[in-house]
Amino acid sequence: MYKLWACIIKDTKLITRDWVGLSLMFIMPILLVIVITALQAGTFKLVNENKVPLLIYNNDNKEISIQLENTLEKIGIFRIIELDKKTSKETIADKMKETEALVAIVIPENFSTQVQHKVENFTKNTLQEFGLESEKPNQNNDLLVNELTLYYHPVLQESYRENLLNAIRCGVQVVESKQMINAIYNTINETTMPDSILNNFELQQTDIKEIPVSRDGSTVIPNAAQHNVPAWTIFAMFFIITSLGSSVVKEKISGSSLRLKTLPTNFLITIFSKQITYLFVAMSQVFVIFSIGVYLFPLIGLPALNIPNDIVGLIMVSLISGWCAVSYAIAVGVFAKTQEQANGFGAISVVLLAAFGGILVPKFAMPESFTFFLKISPMHWSLESYYGLFLEGGKFSDIINNVIPLLIITFLFQLIAYLGLKKNNLI
Amino acid sequence: MPEIAIHIENLSYRYQGQLTNTLSDINLKIEAGSTIGLFGPNGAGKTTLMHLMTGILKNTNGTISLFNSKVGAKHKETNNLFGFVPQDFSFYQELSPTENLQFFGAFYGLSKPMITQRTDELLEVFGLTEVRKKPVAKFSGGMKRKVNLAIGIIHQPKIIFLDEPTVGVDVQSRCAIMDYIKKLNEEGATLVYTSHQLNEAEEICEKIALINEGKIIAFENISTLLAKHQENNLENLFLNLSKNPISHV
Repeated sequence: MYKLWACIIKDTKLITRDWVGLSLMFIMPILLVIVITALQAGTFKLVNENKVPLLIYNNDNKEISIQLENTLEKIGIFRIIELDKKTSKETIADKMKETEALVAIVIPENFSTQVQHKVENFTKNTLQEFGLESEKPNQNNDLLVNELTLYYHPVLQESYRENLLNAIRCGVQVVESKQMINAIYNTINETTMPDSILNNFELQQTDIKEIPVSRDGSTVIPNAAQHNVPAWTIFAMFFIITSLGSSVVKEKISGSSLRLKTLPTNFLITIFSKQITYLFVAMSQVFVIFSIGVYLFPLIGLPALNIPNDIVGLIMVSLISGWCAVSYAIAVGVFAKTQEQANGFGAISVVLLAAFGGILVPKFAMPESFTFFLKISPMHWSLESYYGLFLEGGKFSDIINNVIPLLIITFLFQLIAYLGLKKNNLI
Repeated sequence: MPEIAIHIENLSYRYQGQLTNTLSDINLKIEAGSTIGLFGPNGAGKTTLMHLMTGILKNTNGTISLFNSKVGAKHKETNNLFGFVPQDFSFYQELSPTENLQFFGAFYGLSKPMITQRTDELLEVFGLTEVRKKPVAKFSGGMKRKVNLAIGIIHQPKIIFLDEPTVGVDVQSRCAIMDYIKKLNEEGATLVYTSHQLNEAEEICEKIALINEGKIIAFENISTLLAKHQENNLENLFLNLSKNPISHV
């Protein structure tokens, strides 16, 4: 026991004197978790609270196109900036730069007339179906409406662009529907629809209530901190490899292991010591990053991290995740021949495991073909376990199906490290 | 009859993937309390033999016993008998000499008071007391050699394997190290020593084993060997023997 304790003291001293390693294990993940959470919270605000500047170049300027502009404004996500007549299609890009707008739409000439014809035709068609209209609808192609043109900044990501397009389509649909209802009302009642009904048309939409599914019945909507803090804490734990992996290699190549082999002590004690010391480091990372989420985030305007009710479950998941990360680092360190190999392979493999594991890209956004890689990434099982506690309000017993694969992967890493030590004649 | 400290019988060793043996048919009996020098050109097999005697390499052909305890069979018992001072600095450069001695002392199974006592003694002997709390990384080559040696002898072993203990050090440090090595031998320790400094060997070794191409070509008292081959120093003797190896001594 004294030998193990002496080894732990030695490893602790080595860690605390390695400032680069310490900053990689603590400062980098702390910065990552703050920056990513701030960015995600910012994006959420941009989409939900801030209005997106939308330039409109209206070549039509008649009733329906003006209605479309008003409707788009009423949707609530756009701040409409109407371009003057001097603008041409060629100068739209310059105007977007001037106004820092990411999107612009061009409403074609005769848009109102064309929509009007389309609506009248549709109305006649519908009423004829009901036997209320004798006049035949026009089947000509000239009833087609010239398309709207959307200009967008290339930085706009596809998913976000789709959201904006859907909002614009929704606006167009509302305007066309209003026209149709008005036309039908007009035909049936031989009088125009009252403005009060028309103006309230947009307000009649059915609300959608959002309820996150949880195990404890909580309906609190998870924030960016609940998603990011556990995810980047896992990443931080696995990034221990940059310190631990190279520490194992250093001990191997510096000759210390040669001397250690000649001592009347099993070399495995040094490996156990490293596991205990670095598991303590991993737990410190969890404590520090979670504390930042709980106490610092609200002070810097970010949503606070809510710690789950099952504290024991949280400690268990953290311990097992940390042990898995430590086991992986030792396995890599045992097989690497140089510190550069351990650091290079270690860092890249951790980023890949994070990508496959749903840390960098959400699981639901991954293609089907990645399912296998997702399942072999320990970070996936660790993340699912944390999400079970943080987002679903579950207990440890609820997430046991995620914990078991994590433990199996951990034992596999331990076995690989053991075989590597045997192969290198160290035990 | 003097006690045998190291007994090697019919030892051969071949590294994995090699076609020829690095060591062939080695037989040696080293008496307790003697000082033996292993000499030979680069690649002759000196370090391999030392690694086999210390259990770093596992021998498959032949046996090695240290005070009748078979190397590789009783790891804890055998490894307590000897101290190994490798050619490389085999310690933690980020730690101070005190911290290194405390760690390795614990791994040799010494009690805490014994570690403290031996640490103080060794730091004093090697003139490292002043710098006992400084990281070894900041030391000169000679000081590092002293730390390397101190770690290998902290547990007062009966056999000490020294692999080029004075390589790359200044005259003062070399003298300090050699004086202490002699003192250890006077106190009863068996020394097995390798070096390219043949004058050093003449200074401390009673017997030398000359190794060439994996075989022991001579194993005798230095004075006997020199007289037998009519040479006046080890350098000439070694050059002579490695050109015209004798069958077995």
